[in-house]
Amino acid sequence: MILLDSVGPGTFLDAVRFIGANGGLLWHKAVEQLALSGASMGVATAIAVPLGVLLGHLHRGSLLAIGVSNVGRALPSLAVIAIGISAFGIGFTNVLVALVVLAVPPILTNAYVAVDQVDPDAVEAARGMGMRERDVLLRVELPLALPLLFAGIRTATVYVVSTATIAAVAGGGGLGDIIVDQASYRFPGVLGAAICVAALALLADLAVGGLERLLRPRGLRRADGRAAALAPEPLGGQAAPGQ
Amino acid sequence: MSVHSAAGGPVHIPSFGRASACITNNDLFCPEWVRDNWGSVLQPALVEHVKLTAIAVAIGFAIAFAAAVAARRHRILETPIGLVSAFLYTIPSLALFQLLVPVTGLSVTTVEIALVGYTLLVLFRNILAGFRSVPEEVLEAARGLGLRGRDILWRIELPLALPSIVAGLRIAVVTTVSLATLAAFIGQRSLGTPMFVALRDYFKTEIIAAGGLAVALALGADALLVVAQRLLQPWARARAAA
Repeated sequence: MILLDSVGPGTFLDAVRFIGANGGLLWHKAVEQLALSGASMGVATAIAVPLGVLLGHLHRGSLLAIGVSNVGRALPSLAVIAIGISAFGIGFTNVLVALVVLAVPPILTNAYVAVDQVDPDAVEAARGMGMRERDVLLRVELPLALPLLFAGIRTATVYVVSTATIAAVAGGGGLGDIIVDQASYRFPGVLGAAICVAALALLADLAVGGLERLLRPRGLRRADGRAAALAPEPLGGQAAPGQ
Repeated sequence: MSVHSAAGGPVHIPSFGRASACITNNDLFCPEWVRDNWGSVLQPALVEHVKLTAIAVAIGFAIAFAAAVAARRHRILETPIGLVSAFLYTIPSLALFQLLVPVTGLSVTTVEIALVGYTLLVLFRNILAGFRSVPEEVLEAARGLGLRGRDILWRIELPLALPSIVAGLRIAVVTTVSLATLAAFIGQRSLGTPMFVALRDYFKTEIIAAGGLAVALALGADALLVVAQRLLQPWARARAAA
């Protein structure tokens, strides 16, 4: 039930106080949300990266890789979560399946485009040096594709972490439990949990960014992530609003 | 969760109709329920959903367009406008809906303010990027032909910026269709209303029917914009064919 508390400048201070006073609860819910998001991202990455990289290597299936993303980004998240629940029942696994469906498109498209657009001269040079097909893929194309590939994973991560909030509506747990339960936590709690969701999405984004920096080959370190951040935009690698 | 009836609307009791075996067993999907409840449940929710989306995208577009025109003329405005819209974009929507309620009540206004807020970032960025993509020589030539600022905007820059603008509109529309389902959370009717009710009762047919309609609406609107762009840019089609 929505209660008509008042919201004013003081609400923000109250929210900060709520965060201070309920560290344990928020921590518990944040861990729940991260577990759900992490598992979803793990499954989605395991499906979408190999498929996208392989299609990009073969320069085939652009219709699939880009079409999936166009359809995928149009899917309303609550609808996907709801349909997932009616098909598989309520619980962790089913919200996970829905989140995977939402996470695969941006990862798949970026992985495909990243490998597909690797400088053909570099690939030809590698072949000319006598590299086998597997080495061309693993030692030339993949390292060069890494920044763009990770841009897709970052987009999906922010999307999944913030959308996992909606999972609370469907009994998925996480910080959304607090946001949808204004009766118990009042406005400061709702706002405090919302701040935590935004912070969590930001931290997850930074963590994936850090992972990318660790994996990036030394030769590419100077070309920082700017190209990666800009390139995928027109293909629909959109960030998600804080759901 | 009883939130959805907070607007004072009639509390919706799921109609099990003539209760076929399919419905009493709560099978995955019972077409007869959809047939019986289309007029009373699904169609009104769909119509409201379309209205919420259309109004939000129209207002968001008007604001973003004005902001982009201003930012194109005065570069100094770009960063602050970008920051404000990016900030709005990061607020979790379930929280924003609730936080607006004390200000604007359990009303359509509350929903529209939130929905408009979420369209601004992508529309502003894409409209501005569209303007920036117009080559300087083309503008030079337009000026050389004696066109003035307003004519250059409407007759040169806008048509050339169209692909980027439509790309932004597509994202804004599908995002708004998605977020409008959450309007039900503060008691405004949308496709989220039957979804929330059915999630509470765990009535599969209604979840799938309402969810499927939301998916179809998003995909349909997206496809419609692609077609609209083709019609508005006949020269691009001609070039692709050549």
